[in-house]
Amino acid sequence: MGNSNRSILIILFFVLIGIIFIIRLFVLQVVDPSYKYSAESNTQRKLTEYPSRGLIYDRFGKLLVSNQAVYDIMIVPREVAPFDTTDFCNVLNISRPELDRAYEEMRRNMRSRRISSFKPSVFIKQVPADQYALFQEKQYKFKGFFGQRRTVRKYEYPHAAHVFGYVAEVNEATMQRDPYYALGDYTGISGIENTYERFLRGRKGARYVMVDVHGREKGSVRGGRIDTTAVAGKNITLTLDIDLQAYGEELMRNKTGSIVAIEPSTGEILAMVSSPGYDPSLLIGRERSRNFPVLSRDSLSPLLNRAIMSAYPPGSTFKMVMGLIGLQENVLRTNTPYSCSGAYHARGLSVGCRHHRSPVDLIPSLAVSCNTYYCIVFRNVLDNPAHGSPKAGIEKWREYLNNFGFGKRLGSDFFNESRGFVPGSGYYDRIYDGRWSSLTVISLAIGQGEILTTPIQMANMTAAIANKGHFYTPHVVKDIENDTIPSRFEERHHTGIDPIHFDPIIEGMEQAIWSETGSTARIARIPGISISGKTGTAQNPHGENHSIFVAFAPKENPQIAIAVYVENAGYGSTFAAPIASLMVEKYLNREIHANRKWLETRMLNIDLINATKH
Amino acid sequence: MRQNISTLKGIDWFTVILYLILVGFGWLNIYAANTDPEVPVFFDMGKEYLKQLVWIGFSMVTIGIIFLTDSKFFVEFSYIFYAFTALLLILVIFLGVEINSAKAWFQVGGMRFQPVELAKVAAALAIARAMSRFQFSFNKLEDIARLALLWVTPILIIILQNDTGSALVYFAFFIPFFREGMTPYILLFGFIAIAVFILTLIIPNYSILLILSAGLFLLMILRKHLKESLIGLAVAGVSYGIGTFIFKTETGETNYDMALITGMIAASLTVGTIALLRQFPKIGVYLLLFWSSVVFAYSTDYIFEEVLSDYQRSRILVLMGLKEDPLGAGYNVNQSKIAIGSGGLTGKGFLQGTQTKFNFVPEQSTDFIFCTVGEEWGFLGTSTVVILFVILLMRLVFLAERQHSDFSRVYGYSVAAIFFFHIAINIGMTIGLAPVIGIPLPFFSYGGSSLWGFTILLFIFLKLDTNRTQLIR
Ligand SMILES: [Zn+2]
Repeated sequence: MGNSNRSILIILFFVLIGIIFIIRLFVLQVVDPSYKYSAESNTQRKLTEYPSRGLIYDRFGKLLVSNQAVYDIMIVPREVAPFDTTDFCNVLNISRPELDRAYEEMRRNMRSRRISSFKPSVFIKQVPADQYALFQEKQYKFKGFFGQRRTVRKYEYPHAAHVFGYVAEVNEATMQRDPYYALGDYTGISGIENTYERFLRGRKGARYVMVDVHGREKGSVRGGRIDTTAVAGKNITLTLDIDLQAYGEELMRNKTGSIVAIEPSTGEILAMVSSPGYDPSLLIGRERSRNFPVLSRDSLSPLLNRAIMSAYPPGSTFKMVMGLIGLQENVLRTNTPYSCSGAYHARGLSVGCRHHRSPVDLIPSLAVSCNTYYCIVFRNVLDNPAHGSPKAGIEKWREYLNNFGFGKRLGSDFFNESRGFVPGSGYYDRIYDGRWSSLTVISLAIGQGEILTTPIQMANMTAAIANKGHFYTPHVVKDIENDTIPSRFEERHHTGIDPIHFDPIIEGMEQAIWSETGSTARIARIPGISISGKTGTAQNPHGENHSIFVAFAPKENPQIAIAVYVENAGYGSTFAAPIASLMVEKYLNREIHANRKWLETRMLNIDLINATKH
Repeated sequence: MRQNISTLKGIDWFTVILYLILVGFGWLNIYAANTDPEVPVFFDMGKEYLKQLVWIGFSMVTIGIIFLTDSKFFVEFSYIFYAFTALLLILVIFLGVEINSAKAWFQVGGMRFQPVELAKVAAALAIARAMSRFQFSFNKLEDIARLALLWVTPILIIILQNDTGSALVYFAFFIPFFREGMTPYILLFGFIAIAVFILTLIIPNYSILLILSAGLFLLMILRKHLKESLIGLAVAGVSYGIGTFIFKTETGETNYDMALITGMIAASLTVGTIALLRQFPKIGVYLLLFWSSVVFAYSTDYIFEEVLSDYQRSRILVLMGLKEDPLGAGYNVNQSKIAIGSGGLTGKGFLQGTQTKFNFVPEQSTDFIFCTVGEEWGFLGTSTVVILFVILLMRLVFLAERQHSDFSRVYGYSVAAIFFFHIAINIGMTIGLAPVIGIPLPFFSYGGSSLWGFTILLFIFLKLDTNRTQLIR
């Protein structure tokens, strides 16, 4: 083939393509009337059918979270004709600046090609149903606009906001990660709305319709054969007892702190209170943009879920674990008494204690909460010759704590759990340049110093004690409709402590409440319920100490284990113990005994937040 | 000064006037696409047409500079220019802004610039220089390697920008390659690959195998190998018959696929041996072509069915027009066809388009500007534009052929080819004949860097043309 022939071939090729195009254009523009018709009369429109999110129930089947209808005002920019903007604003109850803002945003989105002028996109979000009715009457005046039904959350109770989390529009990152989502879709941002998004969201459907120039639907495209229906999200039952939850939030009103109550035999969370909290309805749809900044600026951090995110030193509530480790390590005998002169003294260092009967062995040591006793136990654990050095000793100690769920995320339903902190030999080597002994870190013995634990970890520890050595990961999901809950919640975790060692510890916790000679928490006594517990005080360098109480009941076949934290409230028996006992009583008896009504009233009325302010 | 006068004399005014007509008409349509006399206040979407006017002025200045430059400059600086644009292409990955998921744009203030527009010009110059080397030949490995390197480097960088559409434009260079003597088998192979790819998506493998086999026999008969093809046919038939008895599927039915493959293997071995003994190298080429196609078909099929996700599969099918999705991926094309179709024979008149009312989508004045032509100027307008473009392409080939130096000729063909690729894909896309690939329509689409790039591309050639009787190197 000669090269000049090739140039002719190339020209022929160009001409051929040109002829094909002209023929095609002739067919499209002159011969075939269907395109002309479809331009004049009808346009097709894809309507997304949004599924309603799964409902949320409490453990007794009470409806907690449902859905309500709102309407997004959609715009098809290409179809918009001049309209009365004042009327538009009035009908939708929006201000002129709001309209201008919506218009600006649409303009920006079109420039960045996120939306198209051919396709509908959201113009005004979440117009309430009654307002939308007004708009619908005058819709004929606003060409290119139409309403799209959406559902937003409806909360039946003003409680448990931290557990639910909230729902909002997907962001760019989520859309890129998961192609299911499109601009304007909703997704769970935090709490179980986020964790169980996959189940709750359901599946979107699509409806293809023909619409006339006034935006009125004129029937489906191809008889609806390409439509897909939306599938509603799966309903979820929580382990929460909403009455107990509400009661806990009432008790914690005007106080800072949290409550976690767990069913020991299953790890199911019965209540999870973080105070101050907020009404979940504040974060629904349009409300959220107004309320969220207010809540996030509040100095008391109502958005923070203290139950899982705040870590404090555990204080004396830590003594049970200390005793258990001593017993398991065989450096402590139940009946060996240690004497206490009101403080622990060693090589010029002293740890204070209270005045109480002396000497005490294991059971009364918990009842009177003797610091001296646990300093001795702790040093025996660390200096145990079996490990060779305090470094090896503290690592062994740390291993036990990890088995109890401290110093790591428990793996509950909440992704933003705090780990807390359990120091090890590496940590102290760094601080003390390798030169430290069991005496240097002695404050750990009584749950002070560097160790930090979260309320949920403490409730879990209490459940493990109630179970005599094992626990199930605390969780709030009980059942997912036609599906199974994550298998990790059915796994039994062992603490590495033999069940037999728990008997004296539980006995000590019972004595702490019921002993006639030197109990530290007699205020927690509930008529007819064998409750066991322990007070604690978390040192707070920034102000008044935090009041802590952990408890479980009944002694045989425990049904509830609880940890209560009241910040800046001083000693554990003053606030945390009564609140914990009221919670236990409410859960087990469903009502408060007449003899304790005064206590309930007092706890409900105390205002620690404003009291400290003045 | 004397040189300048002679330069003006040698300008191909025909092409210049064609250029001015196209740019002017293009601007009118950008103006129309961005103006809506009915609702001037609420939906006035900015002044794209004014910006475009600035770029047109800028292009005119550039034309002046090009004509004042010595033609030798373009030859001597071609490689440096090429390296410079390659650097820009890399820089834009790190410093550019992302538009439509491609990182291909520099942004300075309100102006955007896409370096690939310049890179195309540089590639055309560099390739022209490589192919105008003394005694360049497609039979010399060294020459081919140099050419392949120059060709593939920008493609790889542009793919890294995620701007597949622009990368595809480089396939236009196969036209100058073909003109300069590249074996047509490569083009044949490319066409077969595309055809096989489309076929694997719509018909079963068995049929593809059958079609390919029939094609092979037909090719051999046409190439006067009647005897060999008949022998092959006989062997294939017999082996196929035996194969149907041997190969069964898991369910016990006859496995026709395997039988057919066996037949073709037997036939290929027989015919191949004859070709070897009697020294018919062409038959070897045909067999190679055939078996590569078979392998290609089966692997495409495998990748399509097993590797790609549902979403990707449906996207490809829609782009190829094999699956209907009027409101999803095919939405723009459908609406674009409606807009063009609504123009009728004579169009609705300047600024009277209703389908392109509120057409302030960037795509409306960039990739889908042809819709505005179709709607407002009708078939008379669209066919005129197509004819003008074809005349421009023919003129460019004519000019290229009258060049004395190889450099100018190859460059001229490259210019024609790049224009052709853009025109064919862009217009083809708006009328549903080509997949939706976002590349601009020369002189029509809104966008300064594309207009400027096309202007430079064209006028460097017109400058070279003024020295057509000289040997530039
Ligand atoms: Zn003591």
